[in-house]
Amino acid sequence: MKDKVLIANGQGFWGDSILGPVRLLREGPLDYLTLDYLAEVTMSIMQKLKSRDPSKGYATDFVQLIDRVLPDLVEKGTRVVANAGGVNPRACMEVLEVCRKQGVSGIKVAIVEGDDILTDLPQLIEAGETFANMDTGEPLAGFLDQVTSANVYLGAFPIAEALAQGAQIVITGRGTDPGLVIGPMIHEFGWREGEWDRLAAGTVAGHIVECGAQCTGGNHTDWRAIPDLGMVGYPIIEMTPSGDFVITKHAGTGGRVDRDSVVHQLAYEMGDPAAYLTPDVIADFTSFAIEETGPERVAITGVKGSAATPTYKVSMSYQAGWKSVGQLTVCGPDALAKAQLCADIVWQRLAYDGYEYGEDERMVEFVGANVCHAGIDVAGAADPAEVVLRMGVKGPDRSKVDRFGSELVPLVTSGPPGVTGFAGGRPKATEIIGYWPALVSKDRIQTTVTTEES
Amino acid sequence: MPKVLLSRIAMARSGDKGEGSNAGVIARSEPAYLFLKETLTSEVVRAHVAGFNHGKVRRYDADNMRVLNFLLEDSLGGGGSASLKTDAQGKTHGLALLRMELEVPQTVLDATPPTQGEGPA
Repeated sequence: MKDKVLIANGQGFWGDSILGPVRLLREGPLDYLTLDYLAEVTMSIMQKLKSRDPSKGYATDFVQLIDRVLPDLVEKGTRVVANAGGVNPRACMEVLEVCRKQGVSGIKVAIVEGDDILTDLPQLIEAGETFANMDTGEPLAGFLDQVTSANVYLGAFPIAEALAQGAQIVITGRGTDPGLVIGPMIHEFGWREGEWDRLAAGTVAGHIVECGAQCTGGNHTDWRAIPDLGMVGYPIIEMTPSGDFVITKHAGTGGRVDRDSVVHQLAYEMGDPAAYLTPDVIADFTSFAIEETGPERVAITGVKGSAATPTYKVSMSYQAGWKSVGQLTVCGPDALAKAQLCADIVWQRLAYDGYEYGEDERMVEFVGANVCHAGIDVAGAADPAEVVLRMGVKGPDRSKVDRFGSELVPLVTSGPPGVTGFAGGRPKATEIIGYWPALVSKDRIQTTVTTEES
Repeated sequence: MPKVLLSRIAMARSGDKGEGSNAGVIARSEPAYLFLKETLTSEVVRAHVAGFNHGKVRRYDADNMRVLNFLLEDSLGGGGSASLKTDAQGKTHGLALLRMELEVPQTVLDATPPTQGEGPA
């Protein structure tokens, strides 16, 4: 058994910089590279792409990335774990074609399946699952025909199984974000179900690195003190068999790893820190010690965990109406007063034509006059040099939402002077994707691992 | 007691949690943490963010990280893609908290040296 394993996360979300993973492979040693592409809304978008074309529905960026870094992967032997499979991991096997085109044979690619339960929902409800909305308590049955995607957050063990089968590239669909890094730890150190403290340590490590550069100096309160954010290094976990680990980054890269940068990310999207639930373990984020042990090195020791629950979390999306948002720029003098008049004019003209929107169906923002921190006294907010007027509506009626968009651009010629920035043209209605979190018994979900070789 | 911005003695990070957001306030020193644990109650935070949060505020403490984690329950104008707001994910809510003015004992300030890169000045 190795005494430590280096696991880095090179992608915090679909759309993160390709330079993260490219430089992680190029600029220092690495055993595992993980890549996180999935957010809740992503699954629904992918399901729609797949329904139009059965060969789509996964993160195509991933295939392009593998095409670019395959020589590095071959040379270093670094293994990749990515949730790039989206709602179609099988189609993501396209990476095998990339390998073959580059003349690289013998690369094993594994896919983990079983998270996508969209077509199984009626049978699961029949069998007694209610899929009650975790926020509202409502059962799913009445909304079943509106559901557009349904995916279980799988844990780390199927990933470890894929690695045990010899895969150099593991592609999953929906799973927990920390699971991407825990899979390699289970595989390397032989951790088992029931080793709660170690699985919890992996969960803490995974949470720290899951948003890429957000733990190495990105999005840091003291941004002036962070060196060379342009060439920011992405995070690396040095995990040991005991579960004690270090967060670091490659030597010579930008950004910073210190207690503050790591704690910033530990506090991100946090609920009750004493009970961080995953399908593998309940991790206690108040249990561990955190200290700097050298330059760009932060050690976390003594993480405690407890038994996982008997359920998986399910992330479902459903058609929840329509929205439209558009914007114009209003220059000074008197930018704010003119923008306010513009907003009034839009609602007045729509009302004249019979289109009225309720208080919770419409939105006006004067960007530049303190939108983000509304209600807090901010210097200069009352008299900005210019303002972006941002307006939007939403509701169940698509044509009513669409009608709004046609009254924004006319302000350029029929409103106060100095209105510009309509380059995007008339805003159109787009779908609102509702989010329906629920639980399902673990024993009703089957996961499978399939391996193929280039 | 001197009146300072919260950013003088704390840092912050925020993000979305369903239809609300979380804002973790990270004390810059142990004395600052102990002071904030007493004074930065969920009621104080609720009043400060009332302009953009229409729900309750709940606080969880993590002593090991010196973090007070605030959950702003209705701060996004609807969750996920249903929000029409610019900051539909609460990314800026941490800095909003750091703009709070509060009276801090000189002993706490002395034990918490100012940093060169302090956030919102």
